[in-house]
Amino acid sequence: MADLEVFRAETRAWLEANCPAEMRTPMRSEKDACWGGRHFEYASPAQKQWLDVMASRGWTVPDWPREYGGGGLSPAETKILKEEMAALGCRPPLTSFGISMLGPALLKYGNEEQKKRFLTEIARGEIRWCQGYSEPGAGSDLAGLQTKAEDKGDHFLVNGQKVWTSYADQADWIFCLVRTSTESKHGGISFLLFDMESPGVSTKPILLISGNSPFCETFFDDVKVPKNQLVGDENKGWDVAKYLLGHEREMISGIGLGGEREALGKAVGPIEDPLLRAEIAAFDVDALAFAAMSERFIDQLKAGEAHPAMPSIMKYAGTELNKRRHELIMAAGGSDTLEWDSERSKGGKSARDWLRTKANSIEGGTSEVQLGIVAKHILRLPGA
Amino acid sequence: MMTLTDDQRMLHDTVRPFMADEGAIKSQLRHWRDTGCGDGFGHGLWKQFGELGLTGILIPEAQGGAGLGAVEAGVVLEEIGRNLTPSPFLTTAVAAVRAMQGSAQAERWFPGIVAGETIAALAIDEGKHHDPTRIATEARRSGNGFVLNGGKQFVVHGASADVILVAARTAGSSGETRGLTLFAVERCASGLEIDNVALADSSKAARLRLDEVEVDADAVVGEVDGGWTPISRGLNAGRAGAAAELVGVAVGASEMTFEYLKQRKQFGRLIGEFQALQHRAAHLYGEIEIARAAALKAAQLLDAGDPRAELFVSVAKAKAARTSALAVQEGVQMHGGIGMTDEHDIGLYMKREAVLSELFGSPRYHAARVAELSGY
Repeated sequence: MADLEVFRAETRAWLEANCPAEMRTPMRSEKDACWGGRHFEYASPAQKQWLDVMASRGWTVPDWPREYGGGGLSPAETKILKEEMAALGCRPPLTSFGISMLGPALLKYGNEEQKKRFLTEIARGEIRWCQGYSEPGAGSDLAGLQTKAEDKGDHFLVNGQKVWTSYADQADWIFCLVRTSTESKHGGISFLLFDMESPGVSTKPILLISGNSPFCETFFDDVKVPKNQLVGDENKGWDVAKYLLGHEREMISGIGLGGEREALGKAVGPIEDPLLRAEIAAFDVDALAFAAMSERFIDQLKAGEAHPAMPSIMKYAGTELNKRRHELIMAAGGSDTLEWDSERSKGGKSARDWLRTKANSIEGGTSEVQLGIVAKHILRLPGA
Repeated sequence: MMTLTDDQRMLHDTVRPFMADEGAIKSQLRHWRDTGCGDGFGHGLWKQFGELGLTGILIPEAQGGAGLGAVEAGVVLEEIGRNLTPSPFLTTAVAAVRAMQGSAQAERWFPGIVAGETIAALAIDEGKHHDPTRIATEARRSGNGFVLNGGKQFVVHGASADVILVAARTAGSSGETRGLTLFAVERCASGLEIDNVALADSSKAARLRLDEVEVDADAVVGEVDGGWTPISRGLNAGRAGAAAELVGVAVGASEMTFEYLKQRKQFGRLIGEFQALQHRAAHLYGEIEIARAAALKAAQLLDAGDPRAELFVSVAKAKAARTSALAVQEGVQMHGGIGMTDEHDIGLYMKREAVLSELFGSPRYHAARVAELSGY
């Protein structure tokens, strides 16, 4: 215990000395996030400096092993680091699908060479990743995917199309589910990694109802992928995919908190309408209860006692809560929040955020898919 | 950490089979209901609670208790809820003990509570809705003591109690927290009229008339005019406990319902194969996990003396009540016709949920508290 207190004191002192003042101010929008990668345009020198200094200490991924660019911290130390960063208001040095999705899957399924190479690049923020899962014909029924990878001896030849690829137009590499066999639906899928600059890869942004384009269509036309970029065994990619989806769901479920713990009723300003106040108070009850659940879930994961249905429960409950939050923000803001591009409305921030949240319960497995998974676990019906 | 400690797990492993066996619906709830028992619970079981060390769970070790906290009480209450075990545990061992702790009255009543002999009740509500600041029952000074006049309702186990903790006004006016005083009134006090009322769930609550009830000065729990301290301490413990019991009710009802979905066949299929029911069952399961987390959080904050405890107690009480209501309503609906019969147990869960939901403040009351405590 004394050691942990020493660690806390040292961590605080180090953060105070090394976190630039600008990186201790609240993020104003998604645009303030540091995504890293080959072509990332840093918002300021401070943002780059903060990433580099944290990466050099392995603290972009504090709980990963040191040999893969991590900090090698214990769960208790990682928690302390997070608490101290929160106490000083430090922004996350790096936001990345590499950290939240691919990394955990590589740690479990990658070979030594892959771990050394890719995890280190992720930790330093050198490569920005995107996820090639959904296809036009494979949404909720993800395992129905058709993108084909043919074995050509020393490489796979990939042909097909992905959709809803987040930030594919800004990503350097993709982790991608492909079909390597048609003999079995789930047992014919493989997990490939490849460079988005490979010949034959092209992307096209999709304009959403929010007016923004965080997602793309991604096309593969005779893309050559070296064999050593296959993660896990050929035709065993579904295991990797499911493991990764669990992490993705945990990540998405976190947004139920909206990033801050302030009560919604306080955040939206004075509420004159008693009916709206009642609705918002009921929401705050659910949001605070969900915050307690999030804390409990993390502790259960650490103790290895989380029920297998929990990631789906968290994803479902967190995203439905987030949608409700934004419905209420719109209700509280009235016609002010309907403005789409005025300066007063910060370019229609409330309305665009509200519309964006509608994807929360679709992406990463719809609410209905999650409920189906939970039902399977709790009912354990014969033959299901 | 929001997982149970080894000691708490051991307590759980002891209490779970005990309650499922000794506190079962058939041998306790239905037995006392069908024999028309005036207490609505069995003194034998209360004595057994005492032998297991449960009645003194919150009483300091120095006074013969187990010296444990709200988390441990919650572990017990979840099992009580799951089995609908009728007992004065929540009112006596949790709410009244917390209200009396540290006072001279504790010295007097705690030994009997530890032994599983004494029953204590909390008399707060004066109208049909819980609002502990709206107290009109009056205590005026008289000689060395006080004289009480007024009326109370929803005093759970009031007619069975050896001592009733009565909130009365010694100063200020209705709606204020200052000027309240908590009195320990013995059941046989002259001028105390007790109307024993059976509630929907077959538990008993009393309506009290206090007509010139004389008590000594040492009947005061805590300070004169400073009754809000023991009252809110007792109520918050009771609310956190009721939240845990409500989670137990939800768990019991949902387990019964999920089991039914796997047995009942219609249209040649198990009804659990229908997606319309699967999704509702899955939603309910998730809500129960969330409610349990909220109840645990509230209990942990209470035990830590954290300033956020008050907020999370209201979150937990509101969330657990809403979730439990969902569980019993879905439970009866998914059972279909059989769920409407007295013979089947699922309806008993619905009745218990209704009483616990109202006790110590409805979900609406607590949502309003969350708004106030959050500053809006």
